[in-house]
Amino acid sequence: MKHLRELLFPLIAVIAAFVVGGIFVLAIGDSPIKAYSELIGNAFAWPDGIGYTLFNATPLIFTGLAVAVAFRCGLLNIGAEGQLYVAAFATAWVSMKFGGVVVDVFGQKVSYSWMTLPAVILVPLAIFAAIFAGAFWGAIPGFLKARFGSHEVINTIMLNFIAVALCSYFTQYHYKVPGDPIMQSAPIGESAHIAHLGKFIPGLPERIPVNLAFILALIACALVYVFLWKTKWGYEIRATGANPSAAEYGGISVRKQIVLAMAVSGGLAGMVGINEVLGYHHRYYDGFSDNYGFTGIAVALLGRNHPVGVLLAAILFAILLRGGIFVDAFTDHVSKDIVQILQALVILFVAAGARYRGSLNVFGLLKRSKV
Amino acid sequence: MLELRNITKRFGDVLANDHVNIKVKPGTIHSIVGENGAGKSTAMRIAYGFYTPDSGEILVDGEVREIRTPHDAIALGIGMVHQHFMLVEPMTVAENIVLGAEPGTTAALDLNKAASEIRALSDEFKLAVDPHATIETLSVGQQQRVELLKALYRHARILILDEPTAVLTPQEVEEFFAILRRMREQGKTVVIITHKLSEVLAISDEVTVMRDGRVVGELKTSDTNAAELARLMVGRDVLLRVEKPEAKAGETVLRVQNMVVAVADGTRRVNDVSFEVRAGEIVGVAGVEGNGQTELIESLAGLTAQSRVSGKVDFAGRDITNMSARDRKELGIAHVPEDRHRRGLLLDFDLAENSILGIHYRQPAVTGLGGILLDEKGIERRARQVIKDFDVRPPNPDLPARALSGGNQQKLIIGREFELNPKLLLVSQPTRGVDIGAIEFIHRKLVALRDAGCAVLLVSAELEEVTALADRLLVIYHGQIVGEVDPKQTSNEEIGLLMTGGKKQ
Repeated sequence: MKHLRELLFPLIAVIAAFVVGGIFVLAIGDSPIKAYSELIGNAFAWPDGIGYTLFNATPLIFTGLAVAVAFRCGLLNIGAEGQLYVAAFATAWVSMKFGGVVVDVFGQKVSYSWMTLPAVILVPLAIFAAIFAGAFWGAIPGFLKARFGSHEVINTIMLNFIAVALCSYFTQYHYKVPGDPIMQSAPIGESAHIAHLGKFIPGLPERIPVNLAFILALIACALVYVFLWKTKWGYEIRATGANPSAAEYGGISVRKQIVLAMAVSGGLAGMVGINEVLGYHHRYYDGFSDNYGFTGIAVALLGRNHPVGVLLAAILFAILLRGGIFVDAFTDHVSKDIVQILQALVILFVAAGARYRGSLNVFGLLKRSKV
Repeated sequence: MLELRNITKRFGDVLANDHVNIKVKPGTIHSIVGENGAGKSTAMRIAYGFYTPDSGEILVDGEVREIRTPHDAIALGIGMVHQHFMLVEPMTVAENIVLGAEPGTTAALDLNKAASEIRALSDEFKLAVDPHATIETLSVGQQQRVELLKALYRHARILILDEPTAVLTPQEVEEFFAILRRMREQGKTVVIITHKLSEVLAISDEVTVMRDGRVVGELKTSDTNAAELARLMVGRDVLLRVEKPEAKAGETVLRVQNMVVAVADGTRRVNDVSFEVRAGEIVGVAGVEGNGQTELIESLAGLTAQSRVSGKVDFAGRDITNMSARDRKELGIAHVPEDRHRRGLLLDFDLAENSILGIHYRQPAVTGLGGILLDEKGIERRARQVIKDFDVRPPNPDLPARALSGGNQQKLIIGREFELNPKLLLVSQPTRGVDIGAIEFIHRKLVALRDAGCAVLLVSAELEEVTALADRLLVIYHGQIVGEVDPKQTSNEEIGLLMTGGKKQ
């Protein structure tokens, strides 16, 4: 019962968003039913609809979890975007340096490799690199807040710019195949590739890019749940988020929790790099993120900062993301921007409802800046 | 004058006011007493237009009136002074008073006119408030008088005062009562919401007693006494005095030497304080709030994130001056903080999770994986133990702490700390905002802990509480201990004098 009620509130926000969105569609001169059936209906087609939905959901699960963990500690991590860029670059770099000889875009055999590691070592190493790099990038604003009291929202936003620019710089000047017109790194070693789920699931073609990172995302949901609610570390993080003064009273080092939560958050955001680099592009591809880090904030908000909620919200947003293409193609007037409108409306309704549900108060959090 | 007739108000599942009838006669001082949650504030907020009742009617001067907003109430001559003052600190008295009712034309503010009116009012009631003073330079008692002026300036004939004496020293209370009596002489009607029975008897003409949302008694003050009022409030006989045997003080547990606590701007909140607390005794600290009690207790508990501590603190012969809060707790120092919402509880966490705050990292809260995983069974056992021993209601470990009444929240905290079997208990405002029934219970537990050989350092803003509980009483003023008195020998006047910086005779 308790859990059903938790679900009810976001559900109302989503329904309200669709109702208001429907008015927009009507105003443009299309049928909301037609538009919504294009938007959502295609997501459930097997195998393409479901496969792509899960592929699109994977990064959003990671970033949603990232934002949720930080939020549970009373922090607003706007920096998942930067953390996932740094992580993607790090995992690509490791996979190039230890991936052996590869075939570049011109069909030439090239090697950026120091040594060739087998997949059993390289894949875990590359995964570790993504998590570590994301965690490092996330811990920076955590440290700045803990040490100097500077607000994490400002610092994470600034670090986003730095992350994107740094990755572009290294791609352009150090890791691009000379002559390649696209801003992307050289390919990563094949032993670093992780399998598409099609390889294991009958009826799911291997061309659909949903890959093992999705399984990792599910595991991450479970681990985040255990971490937050079943370990003493999670207790300390949540206590800090719920009431820093009471946490201090309970002998908890608030500063330490801030750095830890931001590191865990960054590490989770960094896992997006596994999906994008090891599972899909097989290289660092400049500007690969479709605002995953920012959409993650909406995912966490709608998912009430709970792993199960994040999973469901990520799937919903993934459905919308892909449905937008069909709306574009198969309705007369409505464009895929309807997705943006719906996302914005969902957030508005969740935020409006938060007034009545104390625990979700983002705006209160923004006001509170002292350690 | 003011009459509530059959007022009913429901908040969710809670029936806050159940067919409440209150009749306030003109030119009287009328007290409304009751425990927390009895519905006395709700009733008065309805009269002031903060809430609209579900049913029932409000009569002013014998006529049924619709009061939907405080604006309506003010228009009818009803003013209210809240427990927490609503003043803009950097602005002057006059500016604060006219706020929302600015004189002059639409564009120009005529502050001089306001100031002279305020001065006239202040003289009429002998309030001695300077309209041009800034609020932050005023004492708490003066700020309260500014709040009174605010209502008078708006031509209030009926003044509703919510817990007006909570922030005042004994001397200020006397002055305040004199002001109220003058107001009564001038024909004003005063309604006081309070839970302090001695004040009810001292000042009011009539008293309405509320319990569980209902009016359970309407009495003339001259016909009643404290015991009867307490019985009506609680619904059973209450022991108003603390009964305790003579203290058997043992070895020194806490020795504080020349302790100084400075905050970020360099101000010394605790200034060169030295004292001792021995096993088996309760040492009380009396003082007007804000004279360093908070910083003293928190520094001793190791909560020094916002301050710097120097001097020397010994606990059972060990130097703990620079020890962390966690290590101190491990040594046997428990702490009941003054503000249960800010410090003592995680309001959104359930009772079980709250019952392990501070020991969440060790047995019995953790199990498996080298003590990383929380032991839910152990936590629940602990919670049930606290709930049972300290009569926390409702006795459900899965409820969020927010759902409990103030008294039960306080019992949860006290239970959690007592369960540690401390050698030293630092306890601040143990019964603030707690009902009489629970106060009695908490006082008995404190005495029992003392008799079990624990050293207790007690801070309370309730002078009666510290004098009743303490075996020795220290008085703190401006961060310094200005005197030690024997609580059995002293008078409120003597302590009050020390509390405000006067010298001991």
